[in-house]
Amino acid sequence: MGPWDPRIEEMPKEDLERLQYRLLKTRISYLYSFSPFYHHRMEETHVHPDDIRSLADIGKLPFMYKRDLRDNYPDKLFVATQDELVRYHVSSGTTGKPTVVGYTARDIENWTVSLARGLVSCGLGRGDVMQVSYGYGLFTGGLGLHYGAERIGATVLPTSVGNTERQIELMQDLKTTAIACTPSYLLHIGEVAEKMGISIKKDTLLRTGILGAEPWSEQMRQRIQDWLGIRAYDIYGTSELYGPMFCECAEQKGFHVWGDLAYVEILDPDTLEPLPAGERGEMVITMLQKEALPLVRYRIGDISSIDDSVCACGRTHPRVQRITGRVDDMLIIRGINVFPSQIEYALMSIPEVGQHFQIIVDRKGALDDMLVQVEVNKDAFSDKITDLMGIRKKVEHKLRNILNVAVDVELVEPGSLPRFEGKAKRVIDRRKI
Amino acid sequence: MKKNTFVIKQISVFSENKPGRLAAIARALQEEKINILAFSIAEADGFGVVRALVDKPQKAHEKLGELGFNVAFTDVIAVRMKDEPGGLHDIARMLGEGMINIEYAYAYSGKEGAVLILRVDNVESAITAIKKGGGTLLESSLFQ
Repeated sequence: MGPWDPRIEEMPKEDLERLQYRLLKTRISYLYSFSPFYHHRMEETHVHPDDIRSLADIGKLPFMYKRDLRDNYPDKLFVATQDELVRYHVSSGTTGKPTVVGYTARDIENWTVSLARGLVSCGLGRGDVMQVSYGYGLFTGGLGLHYGAERIGATVLPTSVGNTERQIELMQDLKTTAIACTPSYLLHIGEVAEKMGISIKKDTLLRTGILGAEPWSEQMRQRIQDWLGIRAYDIYGTSELYGPMFCECAEQKGFHVWGDLAYVEILDPDTLEPLPAGERGEMVITMLQKEALPLVRYRIGDISSIDDSVCACGRTHPRVQRITGRVDDMLIIRGINVFPSQIEYALMSIPEVGQHFQIIVDRKGALDDMLVQVEVNKDAFSDKITDLMGIRKKVEHKLRNILNVAVDVELVEPGSLPRFEGKAKRVIDRRKI
Repeated sequence: MKKNTFVIKQISVFSENKPGRLAAIARALQEEKINILAFSIAEADGFGVVRALVDKPQKAHEKLGELGFNVAFTDVIAVRMKDEPGGLHDIARMLGEGMINIEYAYAYSGKEGAVLILRVDNVESAITAIKKGGGTLLESSLFQ
């Protein structure tokens, strides 16, 4: 498929690297002057903007972490003033505090352009009807894809998540050709359609799926493609990087990271030295044009590898392979990031239960199912079932509020959950992805 | 307080709903030579509460607590019922007329007749209502 912006997308590698160096240098000088946070961090690590003399010098710069966003809640990392912001998105953080991302008009534009390039690269454009079945609202998925799809001239059907039967009816009536959602939600749609006597393959015009916000495998892609009769493309992003950002092209060989917007390093997680192309390691991202909430060498926590060769599609921008793991214990439940530390934090505020817990994740049908086991405290034990059910409800409610995802809670006997010395392993993930 | 002689200490034990839990509780009581006079299991989603009248409630509480069980004492009353049609109705009617709400109940029927064990919202009023209606309450000393 021809590129959306050939000048950038097919830019020779040397030119692209020169451009990246220039953008990096500009960004770092700017942050050194205008971001008290990053200025301080550079001082601490004895780095000055003058030390950045090549793209490889990015390795001299200090890292940013998810906890930096948390510690600077809600907006202390912003380098744009409030009157320059046009939007906020909010996602759950690693503890009770959420992560707030602000956007300038330019940020929204860069986000939209990134998705426009990605959607065109997998064959979408004018004439397509894209059903956006990611959540709309504080979550970035819905609005992100919405803007991207409108930009390329596609017709957007903003269904958001849920009400699956209606989604399927609309898919037929309005002749949806592409859908953007989590891979597990698409499987769910397929299952519900079958129950309604509808075959997505035969009875709809759907031919493209833009699937992301949770890890999925090559086997799952094959299953989705064969069963639903579509081409399924991986899309990558998190709210810190605007939202869903980088999409696979028609080659399906990893998502193109637009070099004028972001620079990806793959580091050895132990030595933090860069790894050669093709080797798996920790992904570290620098956003080269991000305004409101800058990210420099952000330890996003995903594990992958990079393919730096020119793609068969003609695009010169590197491709990052499917995410294969996490450096931390983050879970993705129905597209929402969940950190066990959030659960710990939630339980601390509920005196009726202990602070030990275990998470069991499974997939029921196509949807993720999360069960949290907690111990009832001795003092809180009541002989009345209704009181115990009340405790369970209270914990479910609290967890739902903090995690933004529905959770089942099971009360267990005190002392029955495993205790850990050192790093706790509180998650049993039975999903086969 | 004479009435207190009718208040019986039931032990309640929190138990996960999985194989072997009741056996663990019963074994612990056996080891302490504690006799179970009446018991019931209430179950909810994934867990249950085992309730029992035992001859040595204090000892049972200690032993189960040591083993890590969540144990609590609960005040219940025991009322003698006629072991014939209408026996339960007599007692239930007395409580209904006394505006006493029954939270739960379980019963046994033995050689000396039938006994209804009751957890009510207001123990003192329940005792008064049963006496007023001519019912017979069992003293806790009969069990413990």
